[in-house]
Amino acid sequence: MTRSSFEAAARWDRPREENDVIPGEFIYHRPSSVAEALAILASHGDEARPLAGGHSLIPMMKLRMAAPEHLIDLSGVADLKGIRDEGGSVVIGAMTTQHELIASELLAAKLPIIRETSLLIADPQIRYMGTLGGNVANGDPGNDMPALMQCLNATYLAAGNGGEREIAARDFYEAAYFTALAPDELVTAIRIPVPAAGHGFAYEKLKRKVGDYATAAAAVILTRDGSTVTGCSIALTNVGDTPLLASEAAEIVTGSGLDAATVDRAVAAAEAITNPAADGRGPAEYRTKMAGVMVHRALARAFERAGS
Amino acid sequence: MNDMTPTREQREAALEGMGCKRKRVEDIRFTQGKGNYVDDLKLNGMLFGDFVRSPYAHAKVTRIDASKALELPGVVAVLTAEDLKGVNLAWMPTLAGDVQMVLADGKVLYQNQEVAFVIAENRYIADDAIQLVEVDYEELPVLVDPFKAMDADAPVLREDLAGKTEGAHGPRNHHNHIFNWSVGDREETDRAFAEAEVSIKEMISYHRTHPSPLETCQCVASMDKVSGELTVWGTFQAPHVIRTVASLLSTIPEHKIHVIAPDIGGGFGNKVGAYPGYICAIVATIVTGQPVKWVEDRMENLSTTSFARDYHMTTEIAAKKDGTVTSLRVHVLADHGGFDACADPSKWPAGFMNIVTGSYDFPTAHLSVDGVYTNKAPGGVAYRCSFRVTEAAYCIERGMDILAKKLGMDPADLRMKNFIRPEQFPYHSALGWEYDSGDYHTAMQKAMDTIGYRSLREEQKARQEAFKRGETREIMGIGVCFFTEIVGAGPSKNCDILGVAMFDSAEIRVHPTGSVISRMGSKSQGQGHETTWAQIIATEIGIPAADIMVEEGNTDTAPYGLGTYGSRSTPVAGAAIALAARKIRNKAQMIAAHMLEVSEYDLEWDVDGFQVKGNPGLRKSMKEIAWAAYNAPPPNLEPGLEAVSYYDPPNMTYPFGAYFCVMDIDVDTGVAKIRRFYALDDCGTRINPMIIEGQVHGGLTEAFAIAMGQEIRYDEMGNVLGASFMDFFIPTAVETPHWETDHTVTPSPHHPIGAKGVGESPNVGGVPAFSNAVNDAFGFLGSTHIQMPHDAWRIWKAAKELGAHG
Ligand SMILES: Cc1cc2nc3c(=O)[nH]c(=O)nc-3n(C[C@H](O)[C@H](O)[C@H](O)COP(=O)(O)OP(=O)(O)OC[C@H]3O[C@@H](n4cnc5c(N)ncnc54)[C@H](O)[C@@H]3O)c2cc1C
Repeated sequence: MTRSSFEAAARWDRPREENDVIPGEFIYHRPSSVAEALAILASHGDEARPLAGGHSLIPMMKLRMAAPEHLIDLSGVADLKGIRDEGGSVVIGAMTTQHELIASELLAAKLPIIRETSLLIADPQIRYMGTLGGNVANGDPGNDMPALMQCLNATYLAAGNGGEREIAARDFYEAAYFTALAPDELVTAIRIPVPAAGHGFAYEKLKRKVGDYATAAAAVILTRDGSTVTGCSIALTNVGDTPLLASEAAEIVTGSGLDAATVDRAVAAAEAITNPAADGRGPAEYRTKMAGVMVHRALARAFERAGS
Repeated sequence: MNDMTPTREQREAALEGMGCKRKRVEDIRFTQGKGNYVDDLKLNGMLFGDFVRSPYAHAKVTRIDASKALELPGVVAVLTAEDLKGVNLAWMPTLAGDVQMVLADGKVLYQNQEVAFVIAENRYIADDAIQLVEVDYEELPVLVDPFKAMDADAPVLREDLAGKTEGAHGPRNHHNHIFNWSVGDREETDRAFAEAEVSIKEMISYHRTHPSPLETCQCVASMDKVSGELTVWGTFQAPHVIRTVASLLSTIPEHKIHVIAPDIGGGFGNKVGAYPGYICAIVATIVTGQPVKWVEDRMENLSTTSFARDYHMTTEIAAKKDGTVTSLRVHVLADHGGFDACADPSKWPAGFMNIVTGSYDFPTAHLSVDGVYTNKAPGGVAYRCSFRVTEAAYCIERGMDILAKKLGMDPADLRMKNFIRPEQFPYHSALGWEYDSGDYHTAMQKAMDTIGYRSLREEQKARQEAFKRGETREIMGIGVCFFTEIVGAGPSKNCDILGVAMFDSAEIRVHPTGSVISRMGSKSQGQGHETTWAQIIATEIGIPAADIMVEEGNTDTAPYGLGTYGSRSTPVAGAAIALAARKIRNKAQMIAAHMLEVSEYDLEWDVDGFQVKGNPGLRKSMKEIAWAAYNAPPPNLEPGLEAVSYYDPPNMTYPFGAYFCVMDIDVDTGVAKIRRFYALDDCGTRINPMIIEGQVHGGLTEAFAIAMGQEIRYDEMGNVLGASFMDFFIPTAVETPHWETDHTVTPSPHHPIGAKGVGESPNVGGVPAFSNAVNDAFGFLGSTHIQMPHDAWRIWKAAKELGAHG
């Protein structure tokens, strides 16, 4: 089935039974190729975990919400790095850091929403370490990249001991910390179709402070012809167990002139698919409403940015 | 005069004395990572202790089995309450006259309570062993809401107090009741309310929060079994008190206990209390004969060692139609958690809450406080404030705003109308304090003029209209606060800690070459004592601050003092320093007279030495006098140049200030943006304006955090929520507003240098300013009071309830 990265309940803000800041014992591996990493994964099964930037996994280990016995550090695998232009799509290696996403001129030109989103993740120190692969494979609904990848209709390239396969971001997330990835598989790269030139985009994220996960966030990509929206994609972060593709909301605005009544209907449709947890960011009702506000603002900004 | 002779101004500047913006000397090591903190200490054979903690908020502990943990290689011992009973330390006294479990004795009263203490060769093994200690719990009904604590059917929390109808502060009238404390004239107050033309009543809550110093609480205890001496290095704001208490509890004679507080990474009240970790580390070193280190992690810190606030204040003000206040009546329900471990002077179960009349001339007032037990962590420390002063300031400053609204008066004008007038000082308040000095009108007027108060009000009006017309989704709030603090505890006639009077001390030793070592009973945790204490001495005895070393925190060398908290160091230790310095100057005068062969009375003090009156060319510098003091003293005078002073202050000091906050609120998200924050402080004589500014910036940042979201929350099961920095709001540089600071100077008439203390004012005055701004923003939509903390979702909720979402 799925790799249960953590128990579904293992969330940051859940009251904890134990009080730790020190991880359990583990063996550290540093393979230099994907094949080598897969072999280690295969021989230790569920006891082994890949380590990317470590900025989700290590905090979990310190809290002993994760206690892998074998840690497979992917930072020595050169094949997992880099950003490639493949014409109609861009392929980003799993071990590309969030900082590298921000620095990439290619992405700035073709997929500017990636820089906008990356700049809203944590802080510079964390972005120097945290990777795109780790962010999408983690399965935490708080991560920002999964919804963005769904919005962009990205595909994750996975390699396992049984071979390679492709999994659409829109099919990847099953529940909090449960994904379609098998325990012996790695995400090697993410392939993103390049949206039409002149597309409008916006990632709107409400958070309590720098370094906080979203209270709610919305990614919007749209194209327009004059005052008419000709195509739209919307996805939501941290207002459900998984990232949420707001397809109905996107359909509502497509073909419209983004008039107030249409936007209200789209916002309502987006709110309807949310099912957020109540936590320190606020009760569920608030977070649902904030998802709506983020959609509203992201639509307006993307529309304004889109070339007609 | 020779060109090379420094002018008087040059000599003065060379001292870097009082009033100088001297750079903090301690920062040289702090900014290079060369500070010396408890956790830097590594001793041979040092063991590490860590706690097994309760997952339940209220439960019986029916079995503790440590056998599996003890089998883990590297585990030395596991202590439980049963072990501590052998040395009579399963319970310990609290500062508030209660007792507190060191380790769970048959039951637990809050989540994360200490259940067993694992001692191992290192931190990692200790943490592994914690998982192996088996504890059986039998859950009990949980009491979280303080308003239900005294219900007839409320669960019994403290079985150890069964049948005790008398507590440390008088009668208890329910099994979860701790004390009632009342001050003021109830009859007069009730009469004033009966006759009042206008009155307001509001339950104003100040939520539970927690100080969060960069460094958590920690210690290393080391027993020398041969000499029978115990050394404890720890994060102690009051090291001498810890030594006395350790001696009383352990029966080790006080001279055989050495308490050392090295550099401390912030305290804010968190490091005043005595915690189970200290006791367990001490017992563990006695048991094992090896040094034992205990270091809290962040979650342990936030969830166990000393919360702050949790005061629920029903506030009533009576007034005439013209706005003149006639009476104040306040009832407080105080949530103390499972044990009353409030860190207040012993006779003050609600601290100095009776400063609640604030800056206003209330002819009569009455305050009554009921403390109750709940299934939450114990504490009740003064989080960067004098005891309960921030609660008092919040109560009265919200109250005045609510009254202003009811009267249709401007809140600044209402305050101006009711201020204690300059000629009324020393002022006797209706609740028993004698305010030393103040000039509130001048401070308030300066603040209002600087911030452009009237035009801000006009702008606000225009924006409210625009909001009503649907042109904007932002509303604007102007928060006004005028606070008066009471700090500098305190006169021994009314302040002691477990019987130890709250004096403080200083010792100054001038070396033959004219440099100085000085030691105090205070203990800096970041306040910059090494810098400012030297400045006081420099001005008093004319030796450059750069030649003066300040040392604190070692009980073997420092004179006995009560430590640093409650803004007491400048008012109390600062006075002791000035007086010790004056003793030295007096002796120096005798020596100078001998050297110059004149009478003492012919000499006058001049910056850095004595000169003959009318003949300034004839002078001796302190440097020359210091040499003579040792090597050529006058006959009949003993050699040497040093002094000790113990200072028991005649009164508290009363710093005050006027703070204004301008805020813009997005009603759709509840996000509040601070547009401006202006803080005018009057802390009397200003020793180092730069340090004052730094203290104000830090305190305002804490106030911003507390008012806008920093909170220790519990769910209905008593699970503590948000006790990590993912949730507990610590603003970063990005969120922190820009601070504008300003001052007036009204010296304290009874303090040797007129200084009043400033470190805590910004926390005390900041919180009401932020909260009043939020409340002020929503006033035009019909709201009277919105409870803190004002994080985005709660502001949004208020907006929604007021119909702002359409
Ligand atoms: C204070 C703080 C604030 C943060 N705020 C945000 C935020 O606002 N938004 C946000 O999105 N993130 C945030 N993060 C998380 C950060 O972006 C992480 O870096 C990211 O979630 C995980 O990336 P990583 O490279 O660090 O992965 P790791 O932590 O190393 O791994 C995460 C998980 O993915 C698995 N994994 C890693 N790589 C692969 C792979 N190639 N194939 C298969 N499985 C893999 C690991 O086994 C692990 O289960 C924050 C982190 C911190 C510490």
